[in-house]
Amino acid sequence: MLLNASGCLDALTAPETARQLDAFVTKTVTPLPRGGNAPIRIAETEVGMLNSIGLANPGREAFLAETLPRLREFGLPVWVSVGGFSAHDYAETCARLEDVTIELNLSCPNVDEAPESAAEIVAACRAATALPLYAKLSPASWDVGAVARAVEAAGADGLSLVNTLRGMKLGPGLGPVLGTATGGLSGPALKPVALAAVHACFRASSLPIVGMGGVATGRDALELLAVGARAVALGTVLFSDPSAPARIRDELAAELAALGLSSADEACGLAHQEALPKRKHLDLGSRV
Amino acid sequence: MPRRERRTVTDSEAVGPYTLLRVDRGGLEPGLPGQFFMLEAPGRLLPRPMSLCLAPPDELAFLIDPIGPGTESLCSLRAGDALHVFGPLGNGFRLDVDRPLLVGGGIGMAPLPYLSDRLGHPRVALGFRSEWHAEAAALVPNAEVAIDPTLVTELIEPGFEVLACGPEPMLDAVRALCPGAQLAWEAPMACGYGACYGCAVEIGGAWKRLCVDGPVLAAAA
Repeated sequence: MLLNASGCLDALTAPETARQLDAFVTKTVTPLPRGGNAPIRIAETEVGMLNSIGLANPGREAFLAETLPRLREFGLPVWVSVGGFSAHDYAETCARLEDVTIELNLSCPNVDEAPESAAEIVAACRAATALPLYAKLSPASWDVGAVARAVEAAGADGLSLVNTLRGMKLGPGLGPVLGTATGGLSGPALKPVALAAVHACFRASSLPIVGMGGVATGRDALELLAVGARAVALGTVLFSDPSAPARIRDELAAELAALGLSSADEACGLAHQEALPKRKHLDLGSRV
Repeated sequence: MPRRERRTVTDSEAVGPYTLLRVDRGGLEPGLPGQFFMLEAPGRLLPRPMSLCLAPPDELAFLIDPIGPGTESLCSLRAGDALHVFGPLGNGFRLDVDRPLLVGGGIGMAPLPYLSDRLGHPRVALGFRSEWHAEAAALVPNAEVAIDPTLVTELIEPGFEVLACGPEPMLDAVRALCPGAQLAWEAPMACGYGACYGCAVEIGGAWKRLCVDGPVLAAAA
């Protein structure tokens, strides 16, 4: 299953790209409208890109009245990324949503964090909605597995791993390039970080995981499945290639076929097996 | 309709400090002057937005200022090299103007040769920081040139409809002189098609994504 990472695609301006996905994840919705951070908001580095968008969005009321009805016209399952500056903010938005999956953005590196812990926010949202709740976690925690256990205990239905890491770039004059000095690092640099976080959370909790971070090829997607993801989301790669979902889906199918696997589900968790006799057997079988 | 295709470089030519990069057109449409294309910058993660400079038959030509690793990699391309080209994107200039005057500053002159072709070669005023940079003025007919410290705005006479592209201080000065001008803006962008929100600018209290709402905006907006 392929999704977009929140904030990396606008289905309304790029419907052809959105239609290549199995579900569309919205840009994070906050209670009030936000213009976002001052320019410059984007910087390329040697190993990835930095963004400092700052959760620009039209606010909850305009989202519910205008954006969400238009997104439903695609017929794709919609995941709504919910953000806020307190547990109450998150819970209030969750209570207003129907017939979507909710992804709680608990880890935007570009805005002030809510004072409550991830688990406290999940608990408040759990009390406010029966809809599926995915907790999007930061990879910057030393023990992301412990956070996964805590949000599972608080009632989360799944995990989205990972958000960007805070990073910085200096210009030729040694001043920060981004208007806010720091931003979220994504792209190739994030892939090993995402692999480690998904690997840890797969062992720490039983929640299904949407893996994301630096996926640019079918092989990258396969690796996230192997460490424990059930689905994969695409982020930075969409900026350079609006046809990336279709390409990566084809490449992943070829990778799975080469391993003798009939579905992405069969690849989930493969990296956790001490030895891989089953895979070898399937591999041999596919050649008969 | 924008398309993304892998195209081949047909020529790369130095124009002052800039490079005029030509690629074969394939199935790509040139679009309107002021629209732009995302050019894959070899070896870099993100493509770079470039407005179309010239649209000869079977080709698309881009004027590129090598100011960083992405534009430098584009300028190092040679005939026969391949790159992904995605476009045309954004909103171009309105062409229903009676007495057009094209105004460009520095590399901001990039869309003006194609614009001039489409408008029947009207008057053009260009500002550059040196004689070397001003060599690019040869790409557009009927150009008057101002070289620093003379400002290009000193060449603007009343009674014209101005279509301008250049650095922000120049566009602000043009806007002050000509409230009806069409201005092509620039901002760093990752995607070019509305996905990243990197190119958002606040105009008149509203946030606009330059890639889908611009890059050409009315001065009064």
